[in-house]
Amino acid sequence: MNTLLDETLEIAPPDSANAPRCFALDRRAFLQLFGGGLLVCLTGDHAWAQEAGRGGFARQPVPNDISAWLHIAADNRVTVFTGKVEVGQNIRTSLAQLVAEELSVPFDAITMVMGDTDLVPYDAGTFGSQSTPQMGPRLRNMAAAARQALLELAAKQWNCDAASLVIANGKVTAPNANQSLTYGQLTRDEKLVAAVSSAAPALNPATAWKIAGTPVPKANGREFVTGKHQYPSDITLPGMLFGKVLRPTGFNATLDSVDTSAAEKMPGVKLVRDGDFIGLAAPDAYTAEQAIAAIKARWTVPAQPSNTGIFEYLKNTPESAGRGGGRPQSAAQSAAAQTAPAATGSAATTLAQSYTVQYIAHAPLEPRAAVAQWDSTGKLTVWTGTQRPFGVKDELVSAFHLDPSKVRVLQPDMGSGYGGKHTGETAVEAARLAKAAGAPVKLVWTREEEFTWAYFRPAGLMELKASVHPDGTLAAWEHHNYNSGNAGLDTPYNVANPVQQYHASRSPLRQASYRALAHTANNFARESFMDELAHAIAMDPLAFRQKNLADPRLLAVLNAAADKFGWAAAKSTPTRGFGIACGTEKGGHVATCAEVAIDPAAKKIRIVRVVQAWESGAVVNPDGLRNQNMGAIVQGIGGALFEAITFADGRILNPHFADYRLPRFADAPHVEIILLDRKDLPSSGAGEIGIVGIAPAVGNAIFAATGARLRNMPMTPSGPVPGLAPAPLTS
Amino acid sequence: MSDFTLTVNGAKLHVSAPADETLLSVLRNRLSLTGTKYGCGEGECGACTVLLDGHAVKSCQTLVADAASAKITTIEGLEQNGQLTPVQQAFLDAGAFQCAYCTSGMVMRATALLHATPNPTEAQIVSGMNGNICRCGTYPRIVDAVQRASRSMPAHSAAKGAAR
Repeated sequence: MNTLLDETLEIAPPDSANAPRCFALDRRAFLQLFGGGLLVCLTGDHAWAQEAGRGGFARQPVPNDISAWLHIAADNRVTVFTGKVEVGQNIRTSLAQLVAEELSVPFDAITMVMGDTDLVPYDAGTFGSQSTPQMGPRLRNMAAAARQALLELAAKQWNCDAASLVIANGKVTAPNANQSLTYGQLTRDEKLVAAVSSAAPALNPATAWKIAGTPVPKANGREFVTGKHQYPSDITLPGMLFGKVLRPTGFNATLDSVDTSAAEKMPGVKLVRDGDFIGLAAPDAYTAEQAIAAIKARWTVPAQPSNTGIFEYLKNTPESAGRGGGRPQSAAQSAAAQTAPAATGSAATTLAQSYTVQYIAHAPLEPRAAVAQWDSTGKLTVWTGTQRPFGVKDELVSAFHLDPSKVRVLQPDMGSGYGGKHTGETAVEAARLAKAAGAPVKLVWTREEEFTWAYFRPAGLMELKASVHPDGTLAAWEHHNYNSGNAGLDTPYNVANPVQQYHASRSPLRQASYRALAHTANNFARESFMDELAHAIAMDPLAFRQKNLADPRLLAVLNAAADKFGWAAAKSTPTRGFGIACGTEKGGHVATCAEVAIDPAAKKIRIVRVVQAWESGAVVNPDGLRNQNMGAIVQGIGGALFEAITFADGRILNPHFADYRLPRFADAPHVEIILLDRKDLPSSGAGEIGIVGIAPAVGNAIFAATGARLRNMPMTPSGPVPGLAPAPLTS
Repeated sequence: MSDFTLTVNGAKLHVSAPADETLLSVLRNRLSLTGTKYGCGEGECGACTVLLDGHAVKSCQTLVADAASAKITTIEGLEQNGQLTPVQQAFLDAGAFQCAYCTSGMVMRATALLHATPNPTEAQIVSGMNGNICRCGTYPRIVDAVQRASRSMPAHSAAKGAAR
């Protein structure tokens, strides 16, 4: 199976230097589409922007290097165009807040056009907690430049100094306040283009924010509670057919024989055969399901690894050089001692332990879906759920050998992804069927297809070894990760010369990014191990962390969570356990305290209370930030306690919600979120790192209550996980 | 194929479909009522929840033939004259969603729950809603929304909403 590389999908900067800067509409087309007004484009090309003049706007050529557009229409509507997409993380709302703030317009004046490859500038995708720290400042810069351009327009009209004007709430007011003009009135009948660089006028500091920094509710929330919002799987076109694709009975299968005659006899069914790809389009979804089930195919599936022995397999089956998504190991690293320096001092305590995480599924509630349409000019338009609309466009360009101008991908706000929808399989399949059928085709993967043919959060083996002095000072540290990735591999604790290595493996399952990547696995191992070290020297786990932490931001969340939780008074008993953990990456700082209730007779645990403290710089939307933290905790409970993909010989054995347990209402604890709002620091992303604290906090709480150290995620599965010793507790 | 006259959100809708096609498929794929969602097709996630004569059912587990004699209410049928129901309003007020793909099913399930139990305890909400999955993990906010709706409802208004 192909391994989708973490590096490719997650760590690459959203706009690397050689990324294609393709957008279909030029300035002329844009103004035809939107009428007059002020069109601002943001260019990353510093030199060009300086050359174009600091004054900002004029009738200038539009450079190729555009990362966002902003349009102010005669009716005062502000439309912002960005390649970022909304998947439930609330970025549609929070980016609009930032624009409204800098442009001095009401929040409701903003419309965000997102993820439409014909309308928005190139963007690598929505992942890696990058939308807030990267797209946020870009849009703010652009809005601030637009604001300046409007002031200059008004100054020219009134023949006065721009600095003497007041701009607020979508209006510019003259010095003596005897006249004012809305932005639309200022730009009416004009066709103005301003190109600004990312080096922009001064921005409103977070301390002065009035719209940003407030709990603005989800944009268009009403569309969601009334069922009006159209997700990708809801798109319906005239004359649309319904597609199905024949799936092999296992991974890496080869087709021996196939009989499609029964399916082809069904009314209106159009069969598509291209090598091992067999699919069909039918006039209705029911017929499509009947027809695909009527195809008789025989496949040969080769023997493949299973859960049993998977960690030995991963450790002993390295990916070939240059692949696997890890940071490349230098020759020096490889040759260097694979173990940390021995601890000095005979009194030091040394521990070594292994931790594992299983493959898990993203299981977005909306499975992959696409609607594809070819028009009479040969242009392909696809509506699909993806975190990477331009990535999917590239896949379509490549699959059908098309000129990029002949492909448009639209990404309606979707039924989420969690890192699981970076790829364009469904778009390519739907386009293939639509091309053959000569009509638009909708393809919605079944839950079983989503479980089987998407990709997984990698399984991983973490081997840790450390020494600690009797006073609690870390003396040596070593952390190896096999297969799951290098995110969060580096310890935030002070220790000299740590050995921290990621070893890429040849995964038997297709694997790629998942919310926070390998940080969840690495932090589970590290924070559980820190707890083990603390207990080994009879030190309080909080005090042990405090002693070894220098990062003031991480310390701040740790202390905030412990205070709110009442850590000092939280004494574990056999029926009640308290645990703590923390972590930081991508500008997010998290500390999590968990309280678990143990039923010793039933050997069951339940998480009853979680306190999580979070800091990611200036808060753009506190309600959204709380929601992300809460959601991360609840989602994280699944992987921590009971989620595991079981597989053998190229087959997924539990591709249904009945067999793959997800967190439900009854699993959700009482959650308290503490936000530390650092208005003096830039805003970072918050979609990922909030998930990394819950698993170790719960594991540490279970240990504190029971003395059982659970080193495998899921820690308390509902049933046996092949290859793992049964857990002493279930949940 | 059989001909059915379905009563959906107060309207009589004629549709031709095989008698063993699911109500979910008919609503979404033949009547373009896409507010009702497909999540698993196995009755395990509740995204497809609709009301039949005021009772919550999973439309992926209901055959169209078995729904033909009932009053069917989908998420599109709750809002009346631009007025949201207390449950819809409470989901907005509580911000009880992220991607909101589960929201239709959650709102329908909560509507039926409050019809049967106008003042539910937290435990009753948890057990009543437990068949519906929110993969984004907003359960605590959904519980809050159901409690808000319960508080904001005039006596028996839930019953009226559910019976529409």
